[in-house]
Amino acid sequence: MLLLQIDWVFFIEKIALILVIILSSFGVAAYATWGERKVAAIMQDRIGPARAGIFGLLQPLADGGKLFFKEEIVPDRSTRTLFIMGPALFMVTALMTSAIIPWGPDFSLTIGGTERIIALQVADINIGMLYIFGVVSLGVYGIMLGGWSSNNKFSLLSAIRAASQSISYELAMGLSLIAVLMVTQTLSLREIVEQQSGFWSGGYIWDGGYFTWNFFKQPLAFLIFLTCSFAELNRAPFDMPECESELNMGYHQEYSSMKLGLYLFAEYINMFISSAVLATVFFGGYNFPWMQQVQNAVPGGLFSIICVTVLMAKVVAFILFFMFIRWTLPRFRYDQLLNLGWKGLIPLALINLVITGGVILFFFNK
Amino acid sequence: MQLTKRAIAVDRSPMTFGEKIYIPAIAKGLKITLGHIFKKKATVSYPEVKRPFSPVFRGLHVLNRDEQGREKCTACGLCALACPAEAITMEAAERKKGEEHLYREEKYAAKYEINMLRCIFCGYCEEACPKDAIYLSETVMPSNYTRDYFIYKKEDMLITQEQMDKRAATGKG
Repeated sequence: MLLLQIDWVFFIEKIALILVIILSSFGVAAYATWGERKVAAIMQDRIGPARAGIFGLLQPLADGGKLFFKEEIVPDRSTRTLFIMGPALFMVTALMTSAIIPWGPDFSLTIGGTERIIALQVADINIGMLYIFGVVSLGVYGIMLGGWSSNNKFSLLSAIRAASQSISYELAMGLSLIAVLMVTQTLSLREIVEQQSGFWSGGYIWDGGYFTWNFFKQPLAFLIFLTCSFAELNRAPFDMPECESELNMGYHQEYSSMKLGLYLFAEYINMFISSAVLATVFFGGYNFPWMQQVQNAVPGGLFSIICVTVLMAKVVAFILFFMFIRWTLPRFRYDQLLNLGWKGLIPLALINLVITGGVILFFFNK
Repeated sequence: MQLTKRAIAVDRSPMTFGEKIYIPAIAKGLKITLGHIFKKKATVSYPEVKRPFSPVFRGLHVLNRDEQGREKCTACGLCALACPAEAITMEAAERKKGEEHLYREEKYAAKYEINMLRCIFCGYCEEACPKDAIYLSETVMPSNYTRDYFIYKKEDMLITQEQMDKRAATGKG
């Protein structure tokens, strides 16, 4: 009797949504590797991969196949369990954040006679931003486990540098998010996106109209959050742990075949999810100008698909921006990096907090 | 003590505000990279597009024929003597009664082999030949998996009709 009382359609709906999100994050990350090579090439006066399929589009498949065929080596004196767990943990925390991002508005579907509202967000928890923050902090464990269990002094050094870089920039990230919280009054990502609906609201500026997206309300917080997300992703110009692996050693020196593949792939998934978070919190998620008119004109399912497409376009724009910056800037030296995090961004985030508080108190009387 | 007048004093003044926040420098860098996206790419998509070689490029050997289509090579052995890598070997033979249209003189090369793995493409054989019978063409040597492939026989190197036409047309090849 109990089996019939459980709402099976709910489970199926959520599992289908999870599968779609995971598969599309794999797909986006795989083609982000292709995009990275192409963008890097175009900015360096050459063409990138162009032989594997038209425009080199089958290149990610070739890379994945190459990694599968390599030999799996586990160093003799390493801690075997941690060695295998490192990349797995990194991948898991990379995928976990995608659970709370609202990919689109709800739409209603009639299944078996009853009308159900399907939410395009796997879990709408009311501490959304805090959860993102917590999971991103956990991501450092993957790097640290990899570095420690390799039983290699250079890997350990690089892992320690990665961990200290992550910690330094997490603080500034959290402080800038607090400023956003003061504006939006809620941590739940769905409500943050709903507050940014449309693009413009309320008539002309002198009538009280304003841009709804958080980017216009909190530009400094956006800048700080963007810089900190570069540091959290271990991406240039903050790629001190990564560059050591390109130059001499690094936390993934001892890895080969699919474990290395997981590390590299999880980095791109992290980039995809970070772009999605940036787009959701600061650039209005799935909102776009003249949203209301479009919603009245098209049926519900099609509108949701349009919104998801708009969000993906914003995510792709951010990914391109990440790549653009990577191939332009030289990397920071380790002490310059820590200087910037502790002595530059934290005071800036605190000043931003004070200014936001002042503006809210005096102009909006909240 | 300054040896030349080109010395520039190092600028150790502290960073200005604009330099400290890095943003103007980043924007300048981004503008440069953005400009490069629209420039012409330097890549040549070989083998569909080939870059032109200079006229003196030393590629694969070609054994020449004269205007009546007879082989010029007389197996004198001067090219084998001149070769610094000892890559050329040959066996001579006498021209028979009915073969006047094939070979120019009474002695010809029955077997002529060049070991391309030894050859250093220096062009000494071309300089040494008294009959103008061997020259180095524009063809780049293709690669292979086995060593046997690289012993080129006389048939591999004898000039083909289209190479003769190309030479007549463009004057190089």
